Amino acid sequence: MLLTINNISVVYSDVIQVLKGVSLRVEEGQIVSLLGGNGAGKTTTLKAVSGLLKPENGRVTDGEIIFAGSPIHNLSPEEITRKGIIQVLEGRQPFKYLTVEENLRVGTAIRFGKPYQEDLKLVYSYFPALLNRRKMKAGYCSGGELQMLVMGRALMAHPRLLLLDEPSLGLAPLVVREIFGIIKRINEEQGTTIVLVEQNANMALQIAHYGYVMENGKIVMEGPAEELRENPDIKEFYLGVSAAGALKSYRDVKSYRRRKRWL
Amino acid sequence: MDFFLQLLVNGLSIGFLYGLSAMGFVMIFKSSSVLNFAHGELIAFGAYLFLVLCSWAQLSLPLSFLLTLAGCFLLGFAVERVFLRPLIGEPLIFVIMLTVGLAAMFKGSILLVFGGNLHTYPDFLPPWLGLTWGSVSLQPVYTVTLIIGTAFLILFGLFFKFSSQGIYMRSVADNQRAALSLGVHVKRVFALSWAIAALVAGMSGIVLGIINGVNVHDLSGIGLKVFPVVILGGLDSIGGAIIGGIIIGVLEALTGGYISPSLKDVIPYIVLVFILMVKPYGLFGQVEIERV
Repeated sequence: MLLTINNISVVYSDVIQVLKGVSLRVEEGQIVSLLGGNGAGKTTTLKAVSGLLKPENGRVTDGEIIFAGSPIHNLSPEEITRKGIIQVLEGRQPFKYLTVEENLRVGTAIRFGKPYQEDLKLVYSYFPALLNRRKMKAGYCSGGELQMLVMGRALMAHPRLLLLDEPSLGLAPLVVREIFGIIKRINEEQGTTIVLVEQNANMALQIAHYGYVMENGKIVMEGPAEELRENPDIKEFYLGVSAAGALKSYRDVKSYRRRKRWL
Repeated sequence: MDFFLQLLVNGLSIGFLYGLSAMGFVMIFKSSSVLNFAHGELIAFGAYLFLVLCSWAQLSLPLSFLLTLAGCFLLGFAVERVFLRPLIGEPLIFVIMLTVGLAAMFKGSILLVFGGNLHTYPDFLPPWLGLTWGSVSLQPVYTVTLIIGTAFLILFGLFFKFSSQGIYMRSVADNQRAALSLGVHVKRVFALSWAIAALVAGMSGIVLGIINGVNVHDLSGIGLKVFPVVILGGLDSIGGAIIGGIIIGVLEALTGGYISPSLKDVIPYIVLVFILMVKPYGLFGQVEIERV
């Protein structure tokens, strides 16, 4: 098991409890997808793993996070990234005033001083769109290019575990399809283990091996991706199809069932 | 015409010096968004350290120059480590107030040790460094300023554009959270920018000490002059700091020469206001990239 999260609780500013005992396991080489509505605690879970809670005044108060056999829940982001965990933040977050290539070079921060030309080539082979833009300031790139840029930037770090936070956010359906195809290729060709947080459950469950569903800071359902895809509740509330397989109109949903309560 | 050219040359050299002092200021601002009010005191520290090494300890000129730069580098590093690091994550205004406190502390300690009198360096610059074209002449110290300044400028330009460490520093200035998520050692970047800023400040301190003599009030006053320079050049542009410095320097010299020496400190600010009306980000400041 590459990553084991054991019953963690996360509290922001010592008062706001966001995670209430989340446990999940990620096997090496898999894509694990984390689904759930807004405010369910998906991003917080990722930040707990990557150590980025600390700058936001959050902290793991209970439980433990084990990566490759050693506990990491008390480490700083600098230490965690050097163990091979890289998080791609939600909403892209490029370095706007750096060129595309300089953005990619920042990805080498955890192995400063080592050659990086091969990695640049690899990233450009996954994301050919970036090659034409390499001398351009990232701030002028389109949303799809930026998503590719931040993923490429993370790839430059040779992550063992890549945490992707909503890569499909605000992108056109065709671009989303392309990006998910690349995520799958990275997983298969580089052997990178990926945790994928998504609102687009349909796409996520197509490429994932395993899935978790979160609600209100808890894991409420888990299973292999094929099973989740067939689960009637997931179908109805995340994939938008009824049990019969037909697309369902929101009008037909009985009002008391419009929002699924898992607990 | 000769008078004009002479004023222009003097203004250019003084302005270059302002620009160099401002460069360190911009570096701190770029990486950590902190306005460093203790910049003038860093300049003074460099000047006094050189005074101690060169005049009192009688070390050779190159050695004391290098030791001064090293000492300033360490001071910058230590200031970040001891005073600023505990404040990371606190609101920016606290950090800025801290630099105001640091300024008072440094100035006080320098006054305590050296007193408020004017000290001077021994005259060590060879006269052949002075250049003369017809009736326009450039004093040796200004030639040195131009040479050292240009060297530093090129060095730092290359460092930030091409070296990995330079790119990491710029990435922190750009988006701290993203830099952190990629494992950039953000605290180290802060420390490094303070160290480099103190080094450059110390260097301008030495040169200013050669020109005007070493006095803590004068030198820390130069620190204030850094503000119009960087605002004119654009707060976050290192090249802009140099050009802003040159503009302010030339304006000062021309005002002093043609209008009145007492207006020297006023006219540049008036021009500054007009330039800012046309270019609110300063001449070379980054305009927020916003795709709508």
